[in-house]
Amino acid sequence: MAGGAAEPRRGPAGGGVMDATQSRSAAPLYRLTGVTKSFAGRRGGVQGLAGIDLEIDHGDFVAIQGPTGGGKSTLLQLLGALDTPTSGEVEFEGASVAHASPGALAKIRAAEIGIVFQAFNLIPTLTAAENVDMGLEPLRLTRSERDGRVHDALTRVGLAERASHRPGELSGGQQQRVAIARAIAKRPRVLLADEPTGNLDEAMRDDILAVLDALHAEGLTLIVVTHDSAVARRARRRLRLEAGTVSEIGL
Amino acid sequence: MIVAVGMAIAVALVIVVDALSAGVRDAQREALASVYGVGTDLTVTGAQAEPGEGSGMPQFDFGEDAGSTDEDGTTTLSQSRLMPDIARGTLEASTVDAAAGIDGVVAAVGALSLTNMTFDGELPSPPSGADESARPEPAEGDAGGPAAGGFGGGSFGIDSFSVLGIDAAAATQSAGPLSSTAVEQGRGLGSADAGQRVAALDASYASSEGLSVGDTIEVGSEEFSVIGVLSSTSSTADTAADVYIPLDVAQELSGLGEAVSTVYVQAAAADAIGDVRSALEEALPDAAVRSQSELASTVSSSLSGASALITTLGTWLSVIVLVVAVALAVLFTMSGISRRTRELGTLKAIGWSNRRIVGQVTSESVVQAVIGGVGGVAIGLVGAAVVALIAPTISAESPAQPVGGMRAGRGSRARTRSVRSCFRRTPPS
Repeated sequence: MAGGAAEPRRGPAGGGVMDATQSRSAAPLYRLTGVTKSFAGRRGGVQGLAGIDLEIDHGDFVAIQGPTGGGKSTLLQLLGALDTPTSGEVEFEGASVAHASPGALAKIRAAEIGIVFQAFNLIPTLTAAENVDMGLEPLRLTRSERDGRVHDALTRVGLAERASHRPGELSGGQQQRVAIARAIAKRPRVLLADEPTGNLDEAMRDDILAVLDALHAEGLTLIVVTHDSAVARRARRRLRLEAGTVSEIGL
Repeated sequence: MIVAVGMAIAVALVIVVDALSAGVRDAQREALASVYGVGTDLTVTGAQAEPGEGSGMPQFDFGEDAGSTDEDGTTTLSQSRLMPDIARGTLEASTVDAAAGIDGVVAAVGALSLTNMTFDGELPSPPSGADESARPEPAEGDAGGPAAGGFGGGSFGIDSFSVLGIDAAAATQSAGPLSSTAVEQGRGLGSADAGQRVAALDASYASSEGLSVGDTIEVGSEEFSVIGVLSSTSSTADTAADVYIPLDVAQELSGLGEAVSTVYVQAAAADAIGDVRSALEEALPDAAVRSQSELASTVSSSLSGASALITTLGTWLSVIVLVVAVALAVLFTMSGISRRTRELGTLKAIGWSNRRIVGQVTSESVVQAVIGGVGGVAIGLVGAAVVALIAPTISAESPAQPVGGMRAGRGSRARTRSVRSCFRRTPPS
């Protein structure tokens, strides 16, 4: 098993990414046991994950690398409660989510998990603030609370003054920062990022890495799928996923 | 956006077609009003005569001393005859009272529809030396040219106009052909006119003939004083006939005796029309009872064409447009969802439940439908206004009623000039 070696870190009280009302359990943030994931195909089944055992602790910064088709995105979907395994167990904060209902998974995604995509996935017709606000919609917060969180999240990524701009009026790096703001506005326990710098040039990549570093420093758990060695070097743990199996890469 | 536009166009088309349909119905009602009478709910007419029945072809009979012959032997003839419609049967005058006595009938007015035909022309003298007894009968319509046996060279014309005999005592009732007319000059027919040689003229006929109140007009070879000029209260329809005369006079001159051709019946209420109709058909088994819609189906010209177009093509057009609009809306919505897969996936990833996402898409579709509907109503109203602005005028013509080879009917302007028609000239003995 690729065990978590990192010491969980706590964010700053009140003003950090971690929600002050959230408490941490003694269990690791994620515990995966014998997880497999198969997909039906026209030429027979495709094995995405072939028996994964993995623990990720609170406050960790994990980089997942590996060749295309190795199962990185599949693993990220399971960690993001977007899918359930074919077999095996997935625990999030000590609770099994392997057989949770779609509604229960949606609640976990809404409150506990922030996700950032390679292509930003912003809604082009909405402003930056409105895009960030979309991530708060399922939480049923008051209008003033939502506005406060939106402003706070955009401030944290340095885009408070661009709140009224639409994605088409922002650079790629700024769009990705808006996407990060959308992910952290809900004050999640973990931020999952799928190739967050894949569409950015070097300068923009450094901007994003600076933001991620700051979030990690505040105690947010980061799990990043990346081919970018510059991103991987920032991580506390590096995992390699190949042919559906995971292995630890020594730092 | 495309869905909203599609819905708007569909809704607008349905409104325009519906408006067109309603407009044609109104126009039809208006155009038929003169033929039918504004307050008239049902008409009772004599049964259609079978071919070969009736009074036969109209004939002009000239006696030995008819006309005047000048020095070169050319005979000038002029004769006016009042004839019933040969294809239409008549009803006994008691039918009016029978109809009026039926429960649910408010008013019943009788009228006699006639056609006045005037022969006016010159006929050459027969070839000299010809054997009178061996002279062949002139062929029909050949009188103007070289005829068999060398007889020819004549020139004549036949003029006709429609005459309606109206029960003078009931002329002001709410039902009947005069209910949709207004007096333009002079006065209309009244109770005191019974038995009098007086006539009221249709305004357009009076204008075309240069007649006015105080003039005289020859009807059935008798002189009638023009007492009034009537015009239709509808701007799009003519009056029922060219000349109105008292019913008893019409009956006398036509030789039909106590007969009417049409009884105009007004029911007490719209929902009583069916019962009244049944009672009329039961009481008058030999008569034909018609409602306005049935009358419309027998009317020719643009009226029936427009009516048929709206009732058939209009209905199907509405159905097809709606089906296509709904199909396009479904396709565009599905296409839109396919294009938004990433966006919807993102919403799911950031915590939106499936129900919330479906609700979002549904609400967007509803908003599009509402926008399309409201826009469609607006476009439809504009379209209906445009149709009303450029609407063609429709006219009504009663079914063809051959009279002496011509067509003449109520409400028609079937007037002919110099028509070579069938006739028989009584040879001088």
